[in-house]
Amino acid sequence: MNGAVFAHRIQFAFTVMFHYLFPILTMGLGFFIALFSTLHLVTKDERYSNAAQFWARIFAINFALGVVTGIPLEFEFGTNWSRFSSFGGGVFGQTLPLEGVYAFFLESGFLGMFLAGEKRVGRTLHWISGLGVAGGSLLSGYFIVATNAWMQHPVGYETDASGGIHLKSFWAVLLNPYGIWQYLHTINGALLTAAFVIGGIGAFYLLSGRHREFGELSVKTAVVAGVILSLTQLFPTGDLNGASVVQYQPTKLAAMEGLFETQRGAPLAIIGMPDTENGRLIDPIYVPEFLSFLAYGNFNATVDGLNSYAKDLWPPVELTYYCYHIMVGLGTIFIAQMLIGLFLLWRRKLHSSRWFLWMLMLTVPFPYIANEAGWVVSEVGRQPWLVYGLMKTPAGTSANVAAGETIFTTMGFAGIYAMLSILFLFLVARIIHHGPEDSAAHA
Amino acid sequence: MLCFAQHDIVAGVGAMNIAWFWVLGAMLTAYAVLDGYDLGVGAVSLWIAKGDDERRIALNSIGPVWNGNEVWLLAAGGMMVVSFPRVYAAGFSGFYLALMVVLWLLILRGVSIEFRSQVKDPLWRALWDAGFWFGSLLLTLLLGVALGNVVRGLPIGADGYFQGTFALLLNPYSLLTGILSLVLLAWHGTNYLRVKTEGALFERAVRWSQALWWAVVVMVIVVTVATFITLAGRPRTFLLYPAAWGAPVVMLIGLVWGFASRREDRSNSAFRASTLVIVALMITAALTVFPNLLPSTLNPAYSLNIYNAASSPHALRVSLIANAVGMIGVIVYSTYVHRVFHGKVRLEESHY
Repeated sequence: MNGAVFAHRIQFAFTVMFHYLFPILTMGLGFFIALFSTLHLVTKDERYSNAAQFWARIFAINFALGVVTGIPLEFEFGTNWSRFSSFGGGVFGQTLPLEGVYAFFLESGFLGMFLAGEKRVGRTLHWISGLGVAGGSLLSGYFIVATNAWMQHPVGYETDASGGIHLKSFWAVLLNPYGIWQYLHTINGALLTAAFVIGGIGAFYLLSGRHREFGELSVKTAVVAGVILSLTQLFPTGDLNGASVVQYQPTKLAAMEGLFETQRGAPLAIIGMPDTENGRLIDPIYVPEFLSFLAYGNFNATVDGLNSYAKDLWPPVELTYYCYHIMVGLGTIFIAQMLIGLFLLWRRKLHSSRWFLWMLMLTVPFPYIANEAGWVVSEVGRQPWLVYGLMKTPAGTSANVAAGETIFTTMGFAGIYAMLSILFLFLVARIIHHGPEDSAAHA
Repeated sequence: MLCFAQHDIVAGVGAMNIAWFWVLGAMLTAYAVLDGYDLGVGAVSLWIAKGDDERRIALNSIGPVWNGNEVWLLAAGGMMVVSFPRVYAAGFSGFYLALMVVLWLLILRGVSIEFRSQVKDPLWRALWDAGFWFGSLLLTLLLGVALGNVVRGLPIGADGYFQGTFALLLNPYSLLTGILSLVLLAWHGTNYLRVKTEGALFERAVRWSQALWWAVVVMVIVVTVATFITLAGRPRTFLLYPAAWGAPVVMLIGLVWGFASRREDRSNSAFRASTLVIVALMITAALTVFPNLLPSTLNPAYSLNIYNAASSPHALRVSLIANAVGMIGVIVYSTYVHRVFHGKVRLEESHY
């Protein structure tokens, strides 16, 4: 891999991972804002409207940063990956403008009205705009994941004599079988993150003895939603997303699991450190034959190991392996944590169990890490392919952009994003400090 | 050879390519008109809006809509990927450094709008006021420079790519189009402020709008002369289709209308006039490059045009339908959002 290719990859990886911190929350929080707005409309209970308004403030900051950090990514298709765009734009590009046309306009238009408040736009329109914001953000996620799914598992195209590709079926691209579960797994992860953020901030208020009513509502909402979402994160969404990997991307599967030798009754490594040079795991703990069962539903099934493939078709094993294990490990902890919360709720001790509230508050970063790690598995595990089986990563870059240019602008992004991070944390901390009840006093 | 491919048009082949050219043109025109007024408000904000209340009024006049306005650029970009992928690839990679600067300015401007009113502190607000102004001002200039370079042509080679250095992009012609863009959008923005504001801010907007009208007239004349010199008869659309002269004529009508609307009580009409000028200018620019999207200065045969840069006919047809259906909805509720927020800005019910 030459320096320019590496620079393009680092730039895209950095800007997309930073960007994704914000949509993780907006995609999930939009749903909860719509939920609280609807509960307010039905019950006329002011608690719900206060909650919706408070979360809309957090949402607005995240949305603003999601927008400004998202524009670079669309540009980078052309600035950094121009040969990829030129090659496949007519096929994978189908979904890109649809995100703008069907989702962004909806989201940005309704967010303006939602933030303007009930007094300005009226109660019903305010509620509708809450739904519009949630719907828009969930929909925009779909078009992006569908675009990514085409890179994981290209469909709906035909090849011409000169090696170019052309669109064959729009619906095949839009409804890519790889994309459906990938999307649901992604959205489920976003909803789970929002539940953790709601629970974490609610727990903070309960622990510090402020805004009790809001804190109790938040923690309860987080635990009830969290139990459901942490389970659906594993099954069916995670399981069936994994099934796509088993079916279409054997090298990614082998790297995720740290499986070097092809074997019948392959074991599942719970922990262990991959030794890529010698093709083994260091200090592993195995569950015998369990990988075969997970992948094929049969304890005796044969699973392909990395050694069955040429080394230049291997993804970076360590990164793929660790990120996968971080994601699954955290996911398991989330299930346990939320089940404990449910038990406490049932025993009516949820709001008074300070140790649990501490835990809920401190685990807020973990779902973010799990989401990002999941995407690293998805993208790094796809290597060396840019489009799996169709185009290798070095073939898709902009050949007319030098490594020096990309490194220069990456440093620029690093500086700007460091500033944005500090400002973001500062402003969110202010909103949290300010608290929900008087969230209307804003200016 | 300029690849006009007129026989194709006659035979009906390539109707999709032509349709997509104008769809992209319409998207970018809508962007220029809509984001144009909020960029214009930003570009003059430091000078026109004095004191915290006026700054907030200026911000709130665009607050609920600026984001939606910017989506037109994003949607246009996505449409370019799918319809003319080679143009997207060549243009964006060629303009690499310039576009990174544009991105940083878009970030600066976006966070300035959203962060400013979060903290009630004069230093904090002064910082973001400056960011909003600086980002908007440079963006209006750079967008004009970009358009000027497209009209003028780029050193696209046989491989369909070019490497755009700043030395190349900041040529005299494109700097002139950049200044035209700056004064035109600033005029458009002050006209918007005339519609949305009252009192001292309104009075200042009226005076600025009147002065900027003259600047626009001067720059239109300068750029027109420069275009005739730079392109020296290259754009054949105007020779083949005399009706194309309608676009620049409409632009002149818009300018006259703008002059007729300089009085205080004609602010709505002034905003319509600047809208008309921008639309006519964009159509004129489109007609100038048509059927190219990125003309090559090295060899006309290397130009990326609506035929050699396009996706397959099937891809063009399908995405035209898919996007057209969505755009109907977009137009309906964009209009609706603008109607909800119509009229003068009131501070007591404002978010920004």
